[in-house]
Amino acid sequence: MTDNAEATNPETVTIEVDGRELEVPKGSMLIEATDNADIHVPRFCYHRKLSVVANCRMCLVDVEKAPKPLPACATPVAEGMKVRTRSERALKAQKGVMEFLLINHPLDCPICDQGGECELQDLALGYGRGVSRFTERKRAVEDEDLGPLISTEMTRCIHCTRCVRFLEEVAGTRELAALNRGEHTEIGTYVGAGVHSEMSGNIIDLCPVGALTSKPYRFSARSWEMLSHPSVSAHDCVGSNLQIHHVRGAIKRIVPRDNESVNECWIADRDRFAYEGVYSGERLQAPMVRDDSGAWQETDWETALEVAGEHLKGVVTREGGDALGTLVGPTATIEEMYLAGRLTRGLGSANIDARLREADFSDQDRSGTFPALGIELEALDGVEAALLVGSEPRWDQPIVNHRLRKAALQGGAIMSLNYRAQDLNYPLAAERVAAPADMVAEFAAVAAALLETATGRQAPEGLDDLLAGAQVGEAHRAMAARLRDNARTAVLLGQGVQAHPRGAVLRMLGTLVADLSDSRFGILTDGPNQAGAWLAGAVPHRDAGGQPASQPGLDARAMTEAPRQGYLVLGAEPERDCWDGAAAEAALRQAASVVCLTAFVTDAMREYAQVLLPVGTFGETAGTYVSAEGRWQSFPGVAQPVGEARPAWKVLRVLGNVLELDGFEYDAPDAITDELAERCREETPSARVEWLAPGREAAAEDGLYRVGLVPIYGGDALVRRAPALQRTRHATEQGVRISAATAQQQGLADADRVQVQQGGHSTVLPLIIDDALADGAVWVPAGLTATAGLGPMFGPVALARA
Amino acid sequence: MNEQRLSERVLTQEQRKQIDHWLSKFPQEGKRSALIPALHIAQDGNGGYLTNELMDAVAEYIGIEPTWAYEAATFYSMFDTQPVGRHKVNICTNIACMLMGSDDIVAHCEKRLGIKLGETTADNRITLKIEEECLAGCAFGPMMVVDGHYHTQLTPEKVDEILDNLE
Ligand code: SF4
Ligand code: FES
Ligand code: FES
Repeated sequence: MTDNAEATNPETVTIEVDGRELEVPKGSMLIEATDNADIHVPRFCYHRKLSVVANCRMCLVDVEKAPKPLPACATPVAEGMKVRTRSERALKAQKGVMEFLLINHPLDCPICDQGGECELQDLALGYGRGVSRFTERKRAVEDEDLGPLISTEMTRCIHCTRCVRFLEEVAGTRELAALNRGEHTEIGTYVGAGVHSEMSGNIIDLCPVGALTSKPYRFSARSWEMLSHPSVSAHDCVGSNLQIHHVRGAIKRIVPRDNESVNECWIADRDRFAYEGVYSGERLQAPMVRDDSGAWQETDWETALEVAGEHLKGVVTREGGDALGTLVGPTATIEEMYLAGRLTRGLGSANIDARLREADFSDQDRSGTFPALGIELEALDGVEAALLVGSEPRWDQPIVNHRLRKAALQGGAIMSLNYRAQDLNYPLAAERVAAPADMVAEFAAVAAALLETATGRQAPEGLDDLLAGAQVGEAHRAMAARLRDNARTAVLLGQGVQAHPRGAVLRMLGTLVADLSDSRFGILTDGPNQAGAWLAGAVPHRDAGGQPASQPGLDARAMTEAPRQGYLVLGAEPERDCWDGAAAEAALRQAASVVCLTAFVTDAMREYAQVLLPVGTFGETAGTYVSAEGRWQSFPGVAQPVGEARPAWKVLRVLGNVLELDGFEYDAPDAITDELAERCREETPSARVEWLAPGREAAAEDGLYRVGLVPIYGGDALVRRAPALQRTRHATEQGVRISAATAQQQGLADADRVQVQQGGHSTVLPLIIDDALADGAVWVPAGLTATAGLGPMFGPVALARA
Repeated sequence: MNEQRLSERVLTQEQRKQIDHWLSKFPQEGKRSALIPALHIAQDGNGGYLTNELMDAVAEYIGIEPTWAYEAATFYSMFDTQPVGRHKVNICTNIACMLMGSDDIVAHCEKRLGIKLGETTADNRITLKIEEECLAGCAFGPMMVVDGHYHTQLTPEKVDEILDNLE
């Protein structure tokens, strides 16, 4: 890739472009030099993040002493080179190329979605001739269905191959091809396979013409009617930078905003297409309260807030503060979390938690400031070794996976210890697949392998208990060696650790392995703002600012296992978002008072809630997310909230006033942000967990065990309601997965559907035999409608033929 | 989770051995270079054309993305992706041959075989291929390539004799 020439090459040469003298890194291409100097050279095929193919010829420039015009994208700079980009020869060449490009390009700009933002249209205006001399027939190309996200109009394609190269070089899935030859060249899959990369939407941005456009956006707006405002993705702990395009407050589409340190110029499909959920039919349109008979009534905000206040106040006066619990959903902003925390504590309760998908909180007092990534996102590109434990970044944080892939392609050893074999777009250097019950022992074996060579280091007390008789094998030693023998290394834990019933021990082992191998240590957390939750006081053991709480409250799991009388639910669907959805739903149903601040209303909510307050969702509310890196990223409220919805921070502010709590007078969200930031000044991110000798666990019972992680398009209320994403293969090919051996053993080898039973709950799902899984592990995704009522994400499970 | 790899099911052991021979000529990072000989091997074993399954099998065997096989197979006119006759006749129609009268040769063949360029005779004997590129016999045009053999300085009589000798 050429975009690094500058970083890797300190030597420079001097060239002259259009009379201007430029000092440029040796080895770079002319177009990089002109781009950096803001001298515009037209181009179609060149893209700074992709390989150079020089096939469009649009960038021809006039280089002194060269016999003919040269393509700026493929001409390396040389000392003393004299270049003219606007000389008669250059312009003539560019004009000629443009005429050829337009020969087969349809003149359908009025009905083309790209119209107004089309590179071909722009350059034709700037460099083309007014009339075409081509009177023969133009060619037409049949369109191919690439799937629910990308529309095709392949007659418009100019064969720049940016899409082909992106999928091959960046997405790592070479799904598109340049087929046939010459005038018959077509871009397609050849076999109608569609494009399935989790980063596929980027080819929409890359396509310089209207051949590839966004399917959900299709024909819904014109580029010149839209306004563009910055935003931040709400779906993972990367915090990809976005730009929202809207027409009078209605979101039309999402595109990436360049940020080299976060998402570069790419975003995942989830970042791009989840916005569709904003206009879901399940949006709560107006505040709702129950009348005397218990029936739902729409009401005005003032009444609804009064009733909500009475409910919350009623619970704490009748039963004491501890009777109230606050559950904070994955996409809440720090401002919302901060106010929810102060409100809950103001009412005399310390029961507030945003760690809805975690199971083990026993290390919370020994943990660092917040579950941080422990390494800069950009530094992931260059790791020499990284061990992923219970983490599938390709589905959970696609941008992290993209960066690890870059590292792997440069020879970095990416390794995985997980419940199933990874389905990755790069090779792993080492991989162990372990059933949930063996995870601790497997990870402990990596630590033990490191200790074998660590002179002067004693095994910490209790490590043997964690090994539980497991032997250190070659695989563990190989992983240990990669981490130990390389300089730039990282140990990263994922969702599969956070949701594991012995998560605390795994985090402690992670800290140990990282210490022993001198690696960076971090956690790839759930949702966009787990770090924020720890800083804003949306956890029961830390006050706002990250200080230990003097009187810690109940964690999310305890709040559902020991039901409360009252709940305040902020932006969550507990039956889908909690570690034990069934327990959460049961707890809410038995409660006397449940007040939901929610963007969407579900049947379950209508049953358990007493007050429903509609709040803004993605794009509709201003706020801040703190990424796993610890990066605070604020964004404005851009879209008009649907119906009567109001930004949640405003609702919480007024609720604070209704409840006559002190200090709820804010005019703008940044006043809240500033106040919180002031309290967080001292905090440095760290996910480290101090060692504490663990007790010996009772040996796990044999039998089937659920691994219930959240799939790529199931993580939050918004993405679950984004129709196009839900039509992708990633969302539709869901079911129960077990290995062939497990199926055999259970007598299910020929079953198509199975009944999944957990506690008293069950559901029927398609059965998929998948040898990627550890034997005994039953993959039953969490977060989906079909699995909403089931029990813990990790726990014993039974399967029966359905 | 295919129990058996596609390439093992679709390519014979002999074919795989031949592909191995080509693979051994290139370094690991250049294994894609074995694609064209491998496609030839697969095509020759399948009555002169490639199916999608064969292309997938070749790609899998070499360890490259299937789209690379599709690209190569559709780019080069020496590969066919539709059923063909027992013999492939490629008449050069590029400029040097055109000046030497290749249009007449094409017309003659079409008439004699009763098919158009791009078609196959009903008895499955001959496919007249559409050839766009120069076949590198310009000094002796008009010319054609029949099943890989060059025939130059063609006349209608010469063409008849060549075609009649194809069984
Ligand atoms: S579809 Fe677009 S990006 Fe792909 S080759 Fe054609 S013009 Fe280029
Ligand atoms: S941009 Fe240089 S040839 Fe396409
Ligand atoms: S033009 Fe026919 S062989 Fe070259």
